Amino acid sequence: MQNHILSIILFTPLLGAIVLLFVPKESKNAIRWIANIFALGGFLISIPLVPMFWAQRFDISHAFKFIEGAPNTWIPTIGAGYYLGIDGISFLLIMLTTMLGWISILSSWTAIENRVKEYYIWFLVLQTGMLGVFMALDFFLFFVFWEAMLVPMYLLIGIWGGPRKLYAAIKFFLYTLAGSVLMLLGILFLYFNHHSVTGMYTFAIPELYKTAPQIFFNPQYGSTYATLLFFCFFVAFAIKVPMFPFHTWLPDAHVEAPTAGSVILAGVLLKMGTYGFIRFSLPFFPAVVMSAKVRGWMIFLSIVAIIYGALVSLMQKDMKKLVAYSSVSHLGFCTLGIFALNPVGLSGSVLQQINHGISTGALFLIVGVLYERRHTREISEYGGISNVMPIYATITMIMFLSSMGLPLLNGFVGEFTILQGTFMENWKWAAWAVPGVILAAAYLLWLYQRVFFGSVTNPKNEKLHDLTPREIATFVPLIIMALWIGIYPKPFFEILEQPSIQIARTVREGARTSNVLASTPANAPANVPAKPDSAKGMD
Amino acid sequence: MTPSLHLWLIPILPLIGAAINGFFGRRLSRQTVSAVALTFCGAAFLMGLYVAARFPSLELPHAEYLGHWIRSGNFMVNFEFYLDQLTLVMLLVVTGVGFLIHIYSVGYMWEEGGFYRFFSYLNLFMFFMLTLVLAGNYLQMFIGWEGVGLASYLLIGFWFTKDSAASAGKKAFIVNRIGDFGFLIALFLLIKHFGSLNFSQLFSSIAQQPAETAGVGLLTSIGLLLMVGAAGKSAQIPLYVWLPDAMEGPTPVSALIHAATMVTAGVYMVARSHVIFGHAPNALTVVAIIGTLTALFAATIGIAQTDIKKVLAYSTVSQLGYMFMACGVAAYSAGIFHLMTHAFFKGLLFLAAGSVIHAVGGEQDMRKMGGLRQYIPWTFMTMTAATFAIAGFPPFAGFFSKDEILARAYEANPAYWFIGVTTAFITSFYMFRLWFMTFFGDYRGREAAEHGHAPAHGHGHGGHGDPHESPMIMLVPLMILAVLSVIGGWVGIGGRFEHFLSPVFGEGATAVATEALSRSTEITLMVISVVAAVLGFYLAYVLYLKRPELPQKIADSLGGLYQAVVNKYYVDEIYGDLFVKPLVDGSTRILWHGVDQGVIDAAINDTADGARHVSDSARQMQSGNVRSYAGWVAVGAAVIIAYMIWMGVR
Repeated sequence: MQNHILSIILFTPLLGAIVLLFVPKESKNAIRWIANIFALGGFLISIPLVPMFWAQRFDISHAFKFIEGAPNTWIPTIGAGYYLGIDGISFLLIMLTTMLGWISILSSWTAIENRVKEYYIWFLVLQTGMLGVFMALDFFLFFVFWEAMLVPMYLLIGIWGGPRKLYAAIKFFLYTLAGSVLMLLGILFLYFNHHSVTGMYTFAIPELYKTAPQIFFNPQYGSTYATLLFFCFFVAFAIKVPMFPFHTWLPDAHVEAPTAGSVILAGVLLKMGTYGFIRFSLPFFPAVVMSAKVRGWMIFLSIVAIIYGALVSLMQKDMKKLVAYSSVSHLGFCTLGIFALNPVGLSGSVLQQINHGISTGALFLIVGVLYERRHTREISEYGGISNVMPIYATITMIMFLSSMGLPLLNGFVGEFTILQGTFMENWKWAAWAVPGVILAAAYLLWLYQRVFFGSVTNPKNEKLHDLTPREIATFVPLIIMALWIGIYPKPFFEILEQPSIQIARTVREGARTSNVLASTPANAPANVPAKPDSAKGMD
Repeated sequence: MTPSLHLWLIPILPLIGAAINGFFGRRLSRQTVSAVALTFCGAAFLMGLYVAARFPSLELPHAEYLGHWIRSGNFMVNFEFYLDQLTLVMLLVVTGVGFLIHIYSVGYMWEEGGFYRFFSYLNLFMFFMLTLVLAGNYLQMFIGWEGVGLASYLLIGFWFTKDSAASAGKKAFIVNRIGDFGFLIALFLLIKHFGSLNFSQLFSSIAQQPAETAGVGLLTSIGLLLMVGAAGKSAQIPLYVWLPDAMEGPTPVSALIHAATMVTAGVYMVARSHVIFGHAPNALTVVAIIGTLTALFAATIGIAQTDIKKVLAYSTVSQLGYMFMACGVAAYSAGIFHLMTHAFFKGLLFLAAGSVIHAVGGEQDMRKMGGLRQYIPWTFMTMTAATFAIAGFPPFAGFFSKDEILARAYEANPAYWFIGVTTAFITSFYMFRLWFMTFFGDYRGREAAEHGHAPAHGHGHGGHGDPHESPMIMLVPLMILAVLSVIGGWVGIGGRFEHFLSPVFGEGATAVATEALSRSTEITLMVISVVAAVLGFYLAYVLYLKRPELPQKIADSLGGLYQAVVNKYYVDEIYGDLFVKPLVDGSTRILWHGVDQGVIDAAINDTADGARHVSDSARQMQSGNVRSYAGWVAVGAAVIIAYMIWMGVR
């Protein structure tokens, strides 16, 4: 299994960035072509992963597949390793990233006119950072990618953004940084704790899975420490998601970011938070997560986000802000599914993360299309656009329907599964969340009415040209995916089946017992075995 | 093993038509567009007939399985089709009436822009409606359920340049979604407690449960939640408000979606769930009460409307109330019977109204019509058949189904019957009011036209000249439906319709019930309802033909009450003040400006400001003076050393 497909996928964008370094910045079209080739290449290269992963989707002997590198091999003195591996959850997120990365770069062709070279370089670097986060099985490596993602995004907003770009960029940066610092603290605690228990220093995540849940049961620390640690990670991830009340950076960042930046921000970056919850918070602190109080708060914040995001979205006058708040609402469904803590909720949540990437990514592209033509996102500037841009209006309608969860499109499958998983735990949670579905129809249809229906009242809109073939090309894969997941989600559920069952079981068993450690010898050898299947220790 | 009938083809055929017209219609001629739409819709109808022909040889209920749709954990939903007597009735009504309305639409919409778009949506509607009807489980039904809502949204807002149309479409969709809230929660309850949404599995396991006679148990909750969904889709109190607005759509749409088929989906769903309701008598009582009240309430509003389509819209709400009344007293087959006859005569009423509107150049106000029977005799004759049918005159279709419902209601509770008969009288009155105002007296449209009254939407015919009869392509569907409105009720004579449906709803309930009423009571009830219809006719005749000055006088003497009725009891305004305005204001002022900007962001900015103040003072340390740096280094070193010593000592 030691092939290098993950590394190849991971570094293709970075290679593109390096190549771009050698292209003179005046030859803008050459830069665009190269960037697009690498972005498309990055997507195409990730496609062989699909059949490879598919073949072992039910393989329960390894929690993580396509293991590459080994723990502690990169900086052995501190126990950091170049250690990659994926399960069904990260696999889907990686595919989403490579697809959206390509689409975003394709959509930037005419939108970006100044400092073109830097733009594409940073975008490609960002791409590698995001992929790394989903692949890393080593906390040190993970943190490097996590931070590496932050800088390019900051620059994308700060340089190529709108009028209040600096405010938005700094807000984004500070918010995220604050979370990162707390997370670093948490990582270090786990790292030293692992040493004190096993006598060995390692950042390998599968290794930490064995010791971290014990903190709760360790008389030296107890539930207070475990809860505090949970909150260190929680803040970092909650800011990324963003969960209420950590969400106020999002509307600003989205409004100011260039279109492609928004697509990536909503489509992939926000998933870092939900991914973090699933990959770290749940298996590290099962007892904390399962405690009625913490879980109750998580559910409460998710429901607030769903309703609150939808209500505030309803009232926005700026299209992008509207979509941004709708993201808060949709991500609320994702966190709700996670903290249902059962396989149904978890797989629904991951599927909904993919769905959100597709639908909201498309919504930002849709806003971008109008913005590029009119340089305004004020809803009141528009009206009657259906008359002048019928193809665009149709595509928008399809994506709006996908976002509001119409059956046979992707959003419905995700939301339904999440709600069903939540309902199993507590019917009231689901009942509180359902109004989010009603409100989604309200804010999207109202937006549609104001922008597309009526007659063209603003003379500036009379001459708008419909979508170009390049623009259509950016939407086609998203529509295909929306229909695929809506009509035939079975493969997605199969891919998510093993990891979601496994994680739910880890959480539920880990919360009850302290015997996870019993399976590993207390006096573990100083060297971690470099066997790739050490990840098996997860269960 | 019964052979496969390929039931999946029935919904897929119109979907193909929708796709062809949707993708390529722009470049196709009107002839091609209508040929495509009619072919695929007609093919679905033929499939329906084929299924009917094969029906006697089938082992019922007949199920066909296509594959998984959603599978997560141990919960699974399939694409599957389910065929029994109830499905067959719905299938034939939907495809048959649907096909006739498709034909009519070719004539009605010929001059309109977006011709291909209209037919693409119409076929799309057929796809979703047939998915709903043929579904083998609740979730697949929900696909159709939401999908017909979408098609309805698109078609109501077909003339999207008109603000009122766009708003009406949106309102319909959102109000329907409020109902879906109940539907969805009911589904989750079913999954949680029965582990399946498949009709056969679900109903057989529910059938083993004891009936919940007291309080609100699980099945009662499920029943009530399903009724919330049904009230949304079938426009019952309190969610009926969207249907009258939906008349902004083109008239064939009102006929097909908002009269004959989609709005009856709620009735179908309740009838389909009869096993659940059978075990939840309290929920059933709620259904009966909602139906009865809606029937009366909507009928009273119908009295004072002047827009011909609005009258018919409230009439539809009222008639749907009858169907729920029937379901509520466990007379499901009577409800479905009325659903069928209603599809004939109400579909016809709308189509004929469309023909009237067409004739007078887009005018919908009945006060500007009158005397039209000489200009449009065919429309007049067909509409007459439908009016007599809805008013409940024997031997027209509506008589049989309405009589059936009223008899069964009387048995369950005479109060239902009394309200039902009162409603029948009102129905007869407002329908003949419409009939007299439109077709009798003198034509009042000319002076309106001279005052430059523009048609509501751009029919190429314009508002000038004498009213003219519609083309054959519109008249033929009218005639067919007129025939059905006359003879469509005869299938119920001697309880034949009921008997046909008895494998679904159980022979027991129906047979015993009919026995329960003595022959004389039954005849008495029948006579009373016919008398009610005749009285309604007579009153309308007096007020709108003999003494046309009277209505105004009566209206004046009633004052506020009349105003309340004209303004539909101000329900829209009340909902606006009670729900919409607080939601809008609350979201803007409290949540967005208050919490988001006032609290969270303010806190963040304060923190940032605080940090800046701290950093400002810290910045002073960076003087650029090497000696001061060295000094700070020394201070730092001293602090660290002191700390280490302290730690060591401890």
